Amino acid sequence: MDVFDIFLLEAVLNGLLLGGLLALLSLGLNLIFGVIDVVWICYAELIMCGMYAVYYLHVQYHWPLYAAMPAAILIVAVLGMILHQFVIKPVLAAEPINQLLVTGGVLFFLQAAATLAFGIDFKNLGVSLPAVRIGEMSFSAARLIAFGAAAAGVIGLFVFLNKTYLGTAIRAISQDRAIMPLMGVSPARVYTLTSALGGALAGLGACLLVLQYDVHPAIGLSFGPITFLICVLGGLGSMAGGLIAAFVFAQFISVGGFFFAIEWGYVIAFAFFIAMMFIRPQGLFRR
Amino acid sequence: MIGNYPLHLMILVLLWGYIYTSWSLMGRLGMVSFGHGAFMGIGAYTVVMLWNHFGLSPWIGAPVALALTAVVAIVIAYPCFRFKIVGHYFALVTLALSEVTRLVFVAMRDHTGGSLGATPNGALIEGTSVAVGAVQFSSKWVWLGVVFAFWLLGLWVWRLVDRGMGRLALQAISEDEEAAASVGIHVTRAKLQVTLVSALMTCTGGILYAQYQLYVNPDTVSGIAISLQMVFGVIAGGMFVMLGPTVGAAFTLLLAEGLRLGFGNKYPALDTTIYGVMLVMFIIFMPKGILGAALDGWRRLRVSGTMQS
Repeated sequence: MDVFDIFLLEAVLNGLLLGGLLALLSLGLNLIFGVIDVVWICYAELIMCGMYAVYYLHVQYHWPLYAAMPAAILIVAVLGMILHQFVIKPVLAAEPINQLLVTGGVLFFLQAAATLAFGIDFKNLGVSLPAVRIGEMSFSAARLIAFGAAAAGVIGLFVFLNKTYLGTAIRAISQDRAIMPLMGVSPARVYTLTSALGGALAGLGACLLVLQYDVHPAIGLSFGPITFLICVLGGLGSMAGGLIAAFVFAQFISVGGFFFAIEWGYVIAFAFFIAMMFIRPQGLFRR
Repeated sequence: MIGNYPLHLMILVLLWGYIYTSWSLMGRLGMVSFGHGAFMGIGAYTVVMLWNHFGLSPWIGAPVALALTAVVAIVIAYPCFRFKIVGHYFALVTLALSEVTRLVFVAMRDHTGGSLGATPNGALIEGTSVAVGAVQFSSKWVWLGVVFAFWLLGLWVWRLVDRGMGRLALQAISEDEEAAASVGIHVTRAKLQVTLVSALMTCTGGILYAQYQLYVNPDTVSGIAISLQMVFGVIAGGMFVMLGPTVGAAFTLLLAEGLRLGFGNKYPALDTTIYGVMLVMFIIFMPKGILGAALDGWRRLRVSGTMQS
């Protein structure tokens, strides 16, 4: 019986590690929603672009990982700015649902363009990190690194938003869109900056994901839905809610996957989400 | 005589046109659902699974699938409407529903074949082309007739909803729910009726699709991808006109097939790449879709024409 327990503990701890990663993925989306009031349905596709960037820079052009990863983060940050400038800006005044749909069009485009450019085969970075053994349990080092980097990203963003002038401006805009322009904060610049920041967070997520998973054009579909649902469950725009929701979801997936098949873990998590929406439609934490 | 390939295209345009029309019943009234993949999947899988595992004819499977769809639609939609989950939130809750159904089909792989999909057991004996009991027809003409009938039915329902009192009520709701409720519209009931009709129609679309293709796969009949396909097909064609969804279906299919014939299979995703760019353009510059914009242009031409004469 105690063998059973140790594996359950392993599943719980792995869920914790997964939670860190999911928290980072939902953070960027949450930031953008909180500030610009737009949901990027294509957020996971930006992550996919970042994964391809790391893969090609490292494998094709033989850049070391410590150079390829920052470059990938930069690339996705620029993609985020382009997305805002050319796709979001023209529909900012349109109905909210149009903003959701327009980024859905971008999702189609990025996924198909990736298929066209890179082919449908799974690409592996070829970096294999050892498993870390603690007692009877084993954890992948990639997951531990991802958890650490995700924690650093979350703390970094928190410090940026609370301690710097720009961060304060971003928070101010998200609280009152009408007054802040009168106070000398330019919403257009804050939006561009936020899009870059959201893109950079997607890029960081990409660097961590590419260590653990093969990259292929449809990978966004396996991370996208769960990322939105985490944001909605936490209360769109609420960072703290998103963090907690990420860990709750990760436990459902990990422990559910331990008792049943991994898909059932997801089914339970999604069913929990639907049930929670009816109990607290505004999310766990209302902004 | 028309060859098999054009017939196949016509069948697919009408079938998807019917499914898109079903979706647009809700979409045009402000309920953007990403959950219709679930209804289509339930229709397709219920019928095929009952036939394969219990030998139950689709004639029995279809009512079961419809009942199941109705239950799922009400269980999800009633609380959504009751608690005023609208806009983004409605879209994302229904998105979760699509993913749940897809994952359930994958997870029950011992029965459904998982991601590999499943094929209904063949019922056509050598020499026959029609098996009415199993709803399997080898003649494409039969299928054309069947999907044409359903497509007409879809348009008729669209018109019925459009002409009915309900539409005015729902339009009022989509613009301002509180105000609509204050003038005595039963918001929840009005929304639920349209949702139920739309879900059941989509479910029959799923059944027809499975029986026509004789193959079901979690990714091609359910999940986020197929739900988005419906949403965007309708947007491309035009959400607010009767034939808009059909135009959308024809446009997307002909674009894909045209590029495939033009370039062969050298560029496998060229059609979706172009399609994605066009969707973004549509939403930014032409939110009424192809048919909607064309009708507007035609009307403007006629107005300026009468003014000159």
